[in-house]
Amino acid sequence: MAVAEPLAMRTELSDTARLRAWSTTVDHKRIGLLYVGTSLIFLVIGGLEALLIRWQLWAPELRVLGPTQFNQLFTMHGTTMIFFVVMPMLLGFANYLVPLMIGARDMAFPRLNALSYWLYALGGALTHFSFFAGGAPDVGWFAYAPLTEYTFSRGHSTDYWILGLLVSGLGSLFTGINLLTTILALRAPGMNLARMPLFVWMMLVDAILLIFAIPPLTAAQLMLLLDRSLGAHFFDTQAGGSALLWQHLFWFFGHPEVYILALPAFGMISEIVPVFSRKVIFGYESVAAATVTIGVISMGVWAHHMFTVGMSDVLDAIFSGASFLIAVPTGIKMFNWIATLYGGRLRFESPLLFAVGFLAMFVMGGLTGIMLAAVPIDWQVSDSYFVVAHFHYVLFGGSLFAIMAGFFYWFPKASGRRLSERLGRWQFWIMLAGFNLTFGPMHVAGLLGMPRRIYTYSDDRGWTLWNQLATVGALVLGVAFVLFFWNLFVSWRRGAPAGDDPWDAWTLEWATHSPPAPYNFETIPPVHSRRPLWDLKHPQDPDWILPDRAQPEVIA
Amino acid sequence: MLLPRVEPKRSAHGWTSRVALVGWGVLLAGNVAAAAEDLSVFSPATRPASSIRDLFFLVLGIAGVILLIVEGLIFYCAYRFRQRRGEKSEPPQIYGSTPIEVAWTVAPLLTVFVLFLVVVRSVTEVRGESPPADSLRVIAIGHQWWWEFVYPDLGIRTANELYIPCREEGSTPTIALELQSADVIHSFWVPRLGGKTDHIPGRTNRMWFDAPERGAYHGQCAEYCGTQHANMKLLVVAESAEEFRLWHEQERREANHEAAVDAGRERFLALNCINCHTIRGTAAAGTVGPDLTHLMARRTLAAGACVNDHEHLTQWLADPDAIKPGSEMPNLHLSRQDVDLIVAYLSTLH
Repeated sequence: MAVAEPLAMRTELSDTARLRAWSTTVDHKRIGLLYVGTSLIFLVIGGLEALLIRWQLWAPELRVLGPTQFNQLFTMHGTTMIFFVVMPMLLGFANYLVPLMIGARDMAFPRLNALSYWLYALGGALTHFSFFAGGAPDVGWFAYAPLTEYTFSRGHSTDYWILGLLVSGLGSLFTGINLLTTILALRAPGMNLARMPLFVWMMLVDAILLIFAIPPLTAAQLMLLLDRSLGAHFFDTQAGGSALLWQHLFWFFGHPEVYILALPAFGMISEIVPVFSRKVIFGYESVAAATVTIGVISMGVWAHHMFTVGMSDVLDAIFSGASFLIAVPTGIKMFNWIATLYGGRLRFESPLLFAVGFLAMFVMGGLTGIMLAAVPIDWQVSDSYFVVAHFHYVLFGGSLFAIMAGFFYWFPKASGRRLSERLGRWQFWIMLAGFNLTFGPMHVAGLLGMPRRIYTYSDDRGWTLWNQLATVGALVLGVAFVLFFWNLFVSWRRGAPAGDDPWDAWTLEWATHSPPAPYNFETIPPVHSRRPLWDLKHPQDPDWILPDRAQPEVIA
Repeated sequence: MLLPRVEPKRSAHGWTSRVALVGWGVLLAGNVAAAAEDLSVFSPATRPASSIRDLFFLVLGIAGVILLIVEGLIFYCAYRFRQRRGEKSEPPQIYGSTPIEVAWTVAPLLTVFVLFLVVVRSVTEVRGESPPADSLRVIAIGHQWWWEFVYPDLGIRTANELYIPCREEGSTPTIALELQSADVIHSFWVPRLGGKTDHIPGRTNRMWFDAPERGAYHGQCAEYCGTQHANMKLLVVAESAEEFRLWHEQERREANHEAAVDAGRERFLALNCINCHTIRGTAAAGTVGPDLTHLMARRTLAAGACVNDHEHLTQWLADPDAIKPGSEMPNLHLSRQDVDLIVAYLSTLH
């Protein structure tokens, strides 16, 4: 018999035994939770760094922080949020959910999976250890050469940055291989590729992107390490190395990385919007096809980060065109989600609130992205606060809002308990307000000429007001996060019991217990369509009875 | 006012009172008044900058329409289809519609195609033609954390303040910059004059613009370049042809030699100053730091970190970190007497 009671109620094990069980686990659900838990710790660190940055920029000429401290903080904030918060958080969700959604017992390579997590934890620890070993890195999260060369970056802070990302990058690469294999090889009987939940589709493309994007980063990190430690000259311009080589290698990783952070979020939205609209996703095929298209194009747009380095007109035009093009499949998804809402019976519980928040905010980030793809506009606003605003609308308004939706949606599966709905609503509205107050004004500051990454500014430049608004917004965001963590903390132990299928959902993870037993399923429900649980719940009106869209393959 | 205000002796604890003092109303007013140091991309002073502003408004317009449509649809759906009390039955399941999906694939494709054409036209407009042969050539070299300007055809070398001729009745000279770097990547950005272009070590980038109206144009380094990236400011001064001629003739002269400040000059030449700085007409020929031959012609010190006056110059020599912490200007721990002598000498370098 499966263990049906919530995780937190299983108290029969001693603390040491529990610690041993968690630290040696190869179970995908526990590893998923380890990923999510660790990334939440880093979220607190990265968030506090952001608050310090906003404090320093509250008014002109403040000396809350010195220039070096400030430079360390924005470097660590970016590095932490991207590599140690959003990416592992999404990989944690994928780890937990993908095997459940495809009706598998575990990931294809459970021990490799554990290695991935521990590499990530080690990478995060190593990067942050630099704070206690002579100072954190202060070269910016994309660490442009030759500023990272030993001549300009003495000491070991940059080495910690390189090693931390090298190690955690390997972990991500292994996770990519693991997810790809799992999705291709371990699907339940009846679940062909065209019947996979869209979250799994997006993770499939995500895994392929990881496999293509991480190696160039790893290579670049190794080259930089050789430059710094063994006197190589890859990026050492004074010895004939190339400063632009780093940018090409880094952004060849860096732009697919944006989609590595966005696709799982799209996947979550593609699961949550239908369930809370009580409607099947509109245009499953085009959402899946758009995902593949995004994956392909995302590998050909990297140099739009480099419009100011003086490329030729032709290259500028090509990368501008490709960047415009990627807006099309992204737009298709947006329309599909909205069409799913249309005509539905929207249950506005926290997951849908955050999902609709995602839709509304991500559009903003997408449209400023289109503006930035217009090369001459980029010449003006690149490296200004306009860009800072843009990518926060994408990564915070986009990915993080989706992650919040995901927390409220899947927390009951993982814990057996529900997050407080009341706190969830408060958190949503405070977060929405704080988010826009923080990042909206940054658009204006950028257009008024404020470059990013400056630790101070003089009062006659006209940027004060916009910075003050942003700082107030950051505090409001802080309140929203306090509510979130409080909700997690309280609900994990004392939340209302959720039952196996609290949302009346349709994918396989809801066909097992909450939390699932180590072996996931006692029996896997039959999969005849994309919504196996819908079929079970509506025997008179199953998806597979429909001749065309719901059932692409004729039933054998 | 053109001069940035700096109060370098501020204590680390004074921020709270200062914030309280300033207050929101004053800040609002200050915000408007700050137009004196305008860095807005919306007040272009050259053709490239105007062209980019026009493109910005066009793309903003298109993006704005899309934003309204999409947000409108989201809010409409969220409001119209929210669950009402007592509603229990599942709504009709709509699996998709090929015509609709084709429509919302083709419409965005057409939109981005139009945008692409507009961008290509704009790129060629801003950067397409080479600058005319009679342009004023300036080699701009980025350093951590200051700017060096070399006028190869005029034989002068100066720092942080780029003097150019302005637009005049019947003549609009072109200014052609060759951007280089002495160390790491920097980026030349004066928003009112045009977009930014990077200074990349090991290569030369070019940018050019038509001379703006007479006046001062502010900017600063836009690519993170290390500790004092924030205080790597730029000032472009556009003057009439006559003023510009007087300026560069003065710049070409060797340094003033006043007997009254011999003592200061001797101290300057005897100390480490000459390892980094050049003063033409003396033995000082260092090239690491800014050329000081006509230091007093400059409005600011330390790449815009403070005003160039007696008080700040004194402080800059005595304790550079008080003005620009982490800068490459070393604290030589000069005696008060040496500082005064050298400041007196430097103050004669008009």
